[in-house]
Amino acid sequence: MKRHLISAADLSRSDALLILDTAEELAQLADRPIKKLPTLRGRTVVNLFYEDSTRTRISFEAAAKRLSADVINFSAKGSSVAKGESLKDTALTLEAMGADAVVIRHGASGAAHRLAHWVRGSVLNAGDGTHEHPTQALLDAFTIRRRLKGQGARGAGLDGLRVTIVGDVLHSRVARSNVLLLSTLGAEVTLAAPPTLLPLAVGSWPCEVSYELDSELPKSDVVMMLRVQQERMTAAYFPSVREYSRRYGLDVERMARLPGHAIVMHPGPMNRGVEIAAEVADSVRSTIVEQVANGVTTRMAVLYLLLGGTEFPATEAGQ
Amino acid sequence: MTAGPVSAGPVSAGPVTAGPVSAGPVSAGRGRASAAEHGRWLIRGVEVPGYGEPGERTAILTEGGSVTAIGPGLQHPDARLLDADGLIALPGLVDLHTHLREPGREDAETVQTGTAAAALGGYTAVHAMANTDPVADTAGVVEQVWRLGRAAGHCDVQPVGAVTIGLNGARLAELGTMADSVARVRVFSDDGRCVADPLLMRRALEYVKAFDGVIAQHAQDPRLTEGAQLNEGEMSARLGLAGWPAVAEEGIIARDCLLAAHVGSALHVCHVSTAGSAEIIRWAKSKGWPVTAEVTPHHLLLTDELAAGYDPVFKVNPPLRTGNDVAELRRALADGTIDCVATDHAPHPVEAKETEWSEAAFGMTGLETALRVVQRAMVDTGLLDWAGVADRMSVRPARIGRLAGQGVPLAPGAPANLTLYDPAAPAEAVTPEGASKSRNTPFAGLELPGRVVATFLRGVPTVLDGKLA
Repeated sequence: MKRHLISAADLSRSDALLILDTAEELAQLADRPIKKLPTLRGRTVVNLFYEDSTRTRISFEAAAKRLSADVINFSAKGSSVAKGESLKDTALTLEAMGADAVVIRHGASGAAHRLAHWVRGSVLNAGDGTHEHPTQALLDAFTIRRRLKGQGARGAGLDGLRVTIVGDVLHSRVARSNVLLLSTLGAEVTLAAPPTLLPLAVGSWPCEVSYELDSELPKSDVVMMLRVQQERMTAAYFPSVREYSRRYGLDVERMARLPGHAIVMHPGPMNRGVEIAAEVADSVRSTIVEQVANGVTTRMAVLYLLLGGTEFPATEAGQ
Repeated sequence: MTAGPVSAGPVSAGPVTAGPVSAGPVSAGRGRASAAEHGRWLIRGVEVPGYGEPGERTAILTEGGSVTAIGPGLQHPDARLLDADGLIALPGLVDLHTHLREPGREDAETVQTGTAAAALGGYTAVHAMANTDPVADTAGVVEQVWRLGRAAGHCDVQPVGAVTIGLNGARLAELGTMADSVARVRVFSDDGRCVADPLLMRRALEYVKAFDGVIAQHAQDPRLTEGAQLNEGEMSARLGLAGWPAVAEEGIIARDCLLAAHVGSALHVCHVSTAGSAEIIRWAKSKGWPVTAEVTPHHLLLTDELAAGYDPVFKVNPPLRTGNDVAELRRALADGTIDCVATDHAPHPVEAKETEWSEAAFGMTGLETALRVVQRAMVDTGLLDWAGVADRMSVRPARIGRLAGQGVPLAPGAPANLTLYDPAAPAEAVTPEGASKSRNTPFAGLELPGRVVATFLRGVPTVLDGKLA
């Protein structure tokens, strides 16, 4: 594996499987009364968050703490960043404090790339602008594999599974990372969205494209709904939220067209009643809460593998 | 220094080999030095493209700021001798598009440092863009820039005036007053911003007819490029950077060509960056419309794939485009559809580029590397010969800029503005350090052929042996 995790494209199939299999080992921890491992004791993980994202930050924080790492949360608000300190100066500060890993969330595409030039530790991209969010893709792949291939499915990819990703692909870092990772793992990915919300050059991506959701549903093993930002409407990406919902929202009626085993995913936070109906979000097909739990496990696996923990968790987890 | 043949000096055209006549070229204010200070120079072993057979070596004699003779075996008893064996002599290069940053951003560049960079790049004249702070939208500011240029003396500085007050695209600046000022402004541009309002553009084009002006348009539809960061295509999709569609440039160019035809006034299109733009300009010229265009060195060589690492040194407006665009721009420059190469030299301090891509400033330096890039992109590829380079980098830009005394093909009687270039100098990697105050060259580390050996401004060397004279 590379030293940083910035793009899902950094991961080969064997890298991705190693992470998923490691996460599978670590998942057993979650069932034990004491969830903590000593593997990253003495290591420092900095959560550098330029965007409000409590959900992702606490997921990384929980992951690092369960591996016994010291965690420093560096939020852009109320810090020197708010006073106009550059990303480079912040990076040098963190470097001087001896960060072994920096988890960065930033509104600018490529921020994680840039940071990797200025720090010696590992950089984990926790979402950069409209570029990528690779750990989200990993936790999604992990969730799909557990649900559709079984919990003991170590070493297995997602070969042959059909995944439909629905919504604002153009502005979605989740979609970019998922297209790359899921196709690396053998899944057949289809993007379903209005043409305005797809990149013009989407034809060069390793996936299919459809402007229609209904035709994709009967052949989907997984439907992943993306969050729709209200502000897209004012920029004329679609006429109204209601029309978007009518054409691309997943309601009960549409859910009924899915095969019996199919699952419904959402990276959160959801707009209930817009891209996903409340009944769908709360149905047995929905993996939304599992995704949150799997997020901690998958991020533990990534931190463990990037930072080269001292003891392999399997030996302890197996006890 | 008598009749002897061309001295056996090094091919790299070393420094002056003898200097019996005083003619001390270094003096304050030499930019407008009087005839007495010019002295005489005999430049020998040089090839003058378009003069004699291709590859034929000859000599150039300059006296009193003018070329007085060209021919093999020229002699003069008291001329300083410059051994230019194997070098090419071009009429001094003219840049239609330079950001000198003064007044306002002297941390990025000054007229002094920017014109020094220009001279080292072989330029004898630059057009200073209007987007300074304050904006060059009054006679006062253009005259200030013009005076700073004269004082610096490395090359002529011709100020460009803003089209609209503060570049705000709302009200015309006092174009006529700038034209009538000491700075004699003829080129007007809101460069950095587009004159997007079609009515205002029409009026500007019409108005400058009164004093033979030209509107140099920065063609960028503002609505189609809101928040845009990188050419819209495979790279922008992959990198998650907001796309900058080719049509945002082409749509404005098409409109402006139609407007120029309608009112019969001169339009110049700045930094053409797409294949489609070249096609539209080709079409407009086929109609005989008064349209000219420029292309930058970076758009002749670099593509958007360089953005893969998010290094903002490759962030520029208009953005780097695709390999197909580069090929079509080269073809358009070769066939004359695009009239000239203009650097769009845009210096920025380190911190403006050492940041996230979307936060970083647009722009690249280019004065010191332009000719080498053109050699690589156009000459070494067989698309343009050296006479063509002289035309595209000196003659035509001077004509478009209405610059007297610049861009005159080398011949007896022409001003002694000339650039001596060694195209056979071994390719060397570009270093960011130079005379410019800024280091944001996209060519750093890239091996480029050639070397500017000497530059003469009205008979006075501004550069000798590749160094400021």
